[in-house]
Amino acid sequence: MSGDVAAFAMAQRPRLAAAALKDAGITALVALALFAPLVGLRTDVAPNGALFLRPRWAEVAILVLLAFALRLGLVYWQAMRGPPRLPSAARAAVAARAGRLFAPVLLGLAVLLPFIPGTGRYELDLGILVLTYVMLGWGLNIVVGLAGLLDLGYVAFYAVGAYSYALLAQHFGFSFWVCLPLAGIMAAFWGVLLGFPVLRLRGDYLAIVTLAFGEIIRVVLLNWVSLTGGPNGMTGIPRPSFFGLPFSMSGGEGTFAGFFGIEPDPIHRVVFLYYLILILALLTNWVTVRIRRQPLGRAWEAMREDEIACRALGINIVATKLTAFALGAMFGGFAGAFFATRQGFISPESFTFIESAIILAIVVLGGLGSQIGVAVAAIVMIGGFELFRDLEEWRMLVFGAAMVVIMVLRPRGLVGSRTPTVALGQRRVIAAEHVAEGRG
Amino acid sequence: MAYALQQLINGISLGMIYGLIAVGYTMVYGIIGMINFAHGDIFMVGAFVALIAIVMIVSGGLMEGPGALVLVLAIAMAFTSLYGWTVERVAYRPLRGSFRLAPLISAIGMSIVLQNFVQVSQGARVKPLEPQVTGGFEIMRDGDFAVQLSNMQILIVCTTLFVLAVFTWLVTRTSLGRAMRACEQDRRMAGLLGIDTDRTISLTFVIGGSLAAVAGTLYLLRYGVIDFYIGFLAGVKAFTAAVLGGIGSLPGAVLGGLLIGLIETFWSAYFSVQYKDVAAFSILALVLILMPTGLLGRQEVEKV
Repeated sequence: MSGDVAAFAMAQRPRLAAAALKDAGITALVALALFAPLVGLRTDVAPNGALFLRPRWAEVAILVLLAFALRLGLVYWQAMRGPPRLPSAARAAVAARAGRLFAPVLLGLAVLLPFIPGTGRYELDLGILVLTYVMLGWGLNIVVGLAGLLDLGYVAFYAVGAYSYALLAQHFGFSFWVCLPLAGIMAAFWGVLLGFPVLRLRGDYLAIVTLAFGEIIRVVLLNWVSLTGGPNGMTGIPRPSFFGLPFSMSGGEGTFAGFFGIEPDPIHRVVFLYYLILILALLTNWVTVRIRRQPLGRAWEAMREDEIACRALGINIVATKLTAFALGAMFGGFAGAFFATRQGFISPESFTFIESAIILAIVVLGGLGSQIGVAVAAIVMIGGFELFRDLEEWRMLVFGAAMVVIMVLRPRGLVGSRTPTVALGQRRVIAAEHVAEGRG
Repeated sequence: MAYALQQLINGISLGMIYGLIAVGYTMVYGIIGMINFAHGDIFMVGAFVALIAIVMIVSGGLMEGPGALVLVLAIAMAFTSLYGWTVERVAYRPLRGSFRLAPLISAIGMSIVLQNFVQVSQGARVKPLEPQVTGGFEIMRDGDFAVQLSNMQILIVCTTLFVLAVFTWLVTRTSLGRAMRACEQDRRMAGLLGIDTDRTISLTFVIGGSLAAVAGTLYLLRYGVIDFYIGFLAGVKAFTAAVLGGIGSLPGAVLGGLLIGLIETFWSAYFSVQYKDVAAFSILALVLILMPTGLLGRQEVEKV
């Protein structure tokens, strides 16, 4: 079959070449018009404060040639690729078989990471960062992936958790282990509080109101200087202790190193933080997986598919929505408390809309509702983001472009299939195309 | 009284800018039912193209006076609408017919791309521009307080009204406008009846982009300082305006823009400047909770 396609493509080659050249030429023209003003003429501020233009035509020429080459390559690739491969349900079954092996391997790797030779401080810090996003992704997955409520202000609960921990620890001297549940409860409380007014809203309206709530919380944190320190943030947040044993370099009697009789090493705290976030993330996953099998979880998924049918069948929509908001927010709060204790410093800078967007992107890119997909997406997006560290300001550009490209190539996310949570008789894989989107 | 009048003038001129951006949001939402998250950044690109054009034409001494400003506006509209077209072609068209969250994520990605593209190509520092339109009238004096109506504000109001008049004519009187309204009602049916829906949608983005360019140019001339980040807040507020007015409704977008501009200005003038964004967002939440379809929106009948 592929031979036929190749032969057909051969016969079509001259016509294809002409069409591709024309197509690429048009693309190059568009690229020229796009890049000529913004790249070709850079505005700079002269010493006297006036603006002047610095021409950079060489860069424009490179970009235009690049656009031409890329488009030409794309047209040829599309022509040679032939018809689409296996239907997605069959492909999904293959992926599911691989996925059954994949998840335990990934988990094992995560557990063993601190002991793998060559893992230093940098790798552990990156692991902590990725796991934080995995946890946030799983938390948001409850709201967006399971309950189908599009939340663009999730970072607000992350902020509530972080500030709850910082304030409780500083004003009352509570330890991390007391503050962690309190931060979760505070965030869940805010989840319900912000969930109440939006019960009637759906879809994009819900998205924009949650975005507004997220921004309101950030602006309040920024301006309530007497409580939160405003833009300067809060410093000196207590670091976590190992169940009461502080990580100290002195190695004395009451410290972690002293208690276990080992050499004090700053890596101990990092390893501890790594396992802490790993356990928190796994807790999120465990709770989600368990709840999905219960009436509440099934009500969430039913509500995502069809809210009206749910009402007709007597499901309490108010309770269903609020529990989703509360639980999602609670895990966001846990992650926030962890973030605060890990950084030792928080400021509203860390809780901007872009964070919400990144978390939502992880959930959607992972394939809505798929736990393993969220983990993979977090590793790809956040780990990939780290790979481009040397590119500095280009890094966000690459990040945004990656979001667009992944979405265009795989609109259903990286793991676009799932097994039903509850099944009658044989379990079959459902292709993501058959799962309705979160309609809010 | 005089103070309130001054705030009214300021609020209207700000609201006009929001209104222009909001039209772009509401048009795209009406026709393909997605939040074009990158639209705020299209506005920002418009402001930058206008800045480059002004530095080239006015500071370069090629032309002076109102003619130069019209030329700047035309250049900004031409290039920015091309950006609008490209965004649709690259990030949204491949996802047409996909599930609803896909284009939203793609749009957020595009917004990040545009912001950082401008940051990389034009630098992260703010660009100050000396005032191009100066002078004004004193329309009232109350003790020490003089109510000013600057030429810039007159320019904003006149330009916006002119552009919106042209735009209204385009939507209500031309075949393109008819095609747009048809696509808005039922895209598949419009396609069956021989309307090139892809082309219509592309043109919608082109029109939205050029309106955003007008807003960007006016914003640049009015405030004189821009950076690569102005698109986010302006975009969110304009979307708020679109939702407030009832998304999908074109007069609603302008009305919503005016309301947001007025609320923000009066709140800053009488309460606190820091919390002006909170005011705008709270109003949005309140309106949506009390009347979820906005001020002029159609009641959506849900079919089961």
